[in-house]
Amino acid sequence: MFFRLGDIFEEVSMKGLFDIVGPVMIGPSSSHTAGAARLGLMALKILGEPVVKAEILLHGSFAKTYRGHGTDKALLAGIMGFEPEDDRIRNAIDIAKERKLEFSFDTVDLMDAHPNTAILKLTGESGKCTTIEGSSIGGGNIVINRIDAFEVHLTGQYPALVVVQKDKPGLINKITGVLALYEINVAYMRVFRQKRGQEAMMILETDEDLTDDVLKACRVASGVITAFAIPAI
Amino acid sequence: MISFNSIADLIKLAEDNNTTISDIVVKWEEENSQTSPQQQYEVMARNWEVMQESIEKGITNQQKSLSGLTGGDAVKLEAYKGKGYTGEAVLAAAASAVGVSEVNAVMGRIVACPTAGSCGIVPAAVKAAAEKNGNTEEEIVNALFTASAIGVVIEHNASIAGAYGGCQAECGSAAGMAAGALVQMAGGTPEMVGTAVALAIKNLLGLACDPVAGLVEVPCVKRNGFVAVHSMVAADMALAGVKSVIPVDDVIDAMNRIGKSLPRAVKETAEGGLATTKTGLELAKKIFGR
Repeated sequence: MFFRLGDIFEEVSMKGLFDIVGPVMIGPSSSHTAGAARLGLMALKILGEPVVKAEILLHGSFAKTYRGHGTDKALLAGIMGFEPEDDRIRNAIDIAKERKLEFSFDTVDLMDAHPNTAILKLTGESGKCTTIEGSSIGGGNIVINRIDAFEVHLTGQYPALVVVQKDKPGLINKITGVLALYEINVAYMRVFRQKRGQEAMMILETDEDLTDDVLKACRVASGVITAFAIPAI
Repeated sequence: MISFNSIADLIKLAEDNNTTISDIVVKWEEENSQTSPQQQYEVMARNWEVMQESIEKGITNQQKSLSGLTGGDAVKLEAYKGKGYTGEAVLAAAASAVGVSEVNAVMGRIVACPTAGSCGIVPAAVKAAAEKNGNTEEEIVNALFTASAIGVVIEHNASIAGAYGGCQAECGSAAGMAAGALVQMAGGTPEMVGTAVALAIKNLLGLACDPVAGLVEVPCVKRNGFVAVHSMVAADMALAGVKSVIPVDDVIDAMNRIGKSLPRAVKETAEGGLATTKTGLELAKKIFGR
């Protein structure tokens, strides 16, 4: 388990006015439609380039009711970069076909995963592939639970810096040093690894947007394999 | 630093500052999210614009939903509204609320208020009130801030999600929000706002969330019509000087406790109530092919 201050504050802090009256969205369901669109959008931002192929697996309530809620359309719409309030969501399947985006939907049993969970296997126009697992947790809010081999926790509420690095001492210091230099404040930070001493990933959710200069400075730090930014959605 | 944990706190803040609940919560939001009152006004005015568009579309839209379960009822009500027992304004509100909910069901654009399943109630009631009172856009937008504040407190002390609290959490919360907004739009006091919220929610306590096939359609679409009217009655009672014996925050506490004790089968699982009637099960089978 990851200890996260935000988890504690989320329990006691109140929603904002526009969480209650709002958001503007395409129906019929904030979790099965608006949240699904945000999951697709977030997956697109993580891939970082236009998608040419999407294999989508649906679990739980998503698997049972996706046709009635338009979850499939919303996910595809998000993958094509449409916002949850974009009324092209309704025609997303046709639009994807027009754009020659190859896609498939299937159901999957992920055991005790959140009932509204999807796995998106995306291929970008450069041939880059990534597999993302995420859940729509209510009110249009989402959590990305997995990026490729890494278990993560990413909400899309903040810009995020993702660094894949060798699991060795001192790297966190280097990266936070870069952020300090560019006066970027860290809201949440998590470090994940597969095995001790192998590849590890850190995700830093920040208050400020992450510029190319920041990314370049992170990439040249020794031990860093790659660093990229995911904008807030 | 503005802080509140209850509707009573909001009423006291408004009374002590000789202002409205909306005025208090806009300052509160400014402190919390660093958005100026002007920026907030713009977002809420856009929400109102989308609400109005969804009503206009709703009362003319004949399209059936993806499942085929709903569609076309708002048009029927709109055509009938001059002939009804309850009067044209009331039936127009019912038509608007059903219409917005039908727009939601056909994947149209709506404002979640507080949820997509309850999205027709506040817009329909507020539109009916604005037509009756001749409210300005500013008064309407301010009333939506008050509605939102009520929802913030409910979400904090109970729930606005059917999966946690049953339909009382969605349509019940929307009724409270709408009733409070309508009192403010008629120039009622913050105390009357609180009373209207109490009356509206009190009379929807325990409402099951048992949608057929798990879709936001049956009974949700027509229920939006009923509850919009319900919220207007609650506002009228409060404006007439009727009090609630049980204070508003106690009502919200009751809603929270009832929500927790409701069986899972009637909390948006489609495993009980209307969803598992003979007809409900047959429809689900027809829609999902199993």
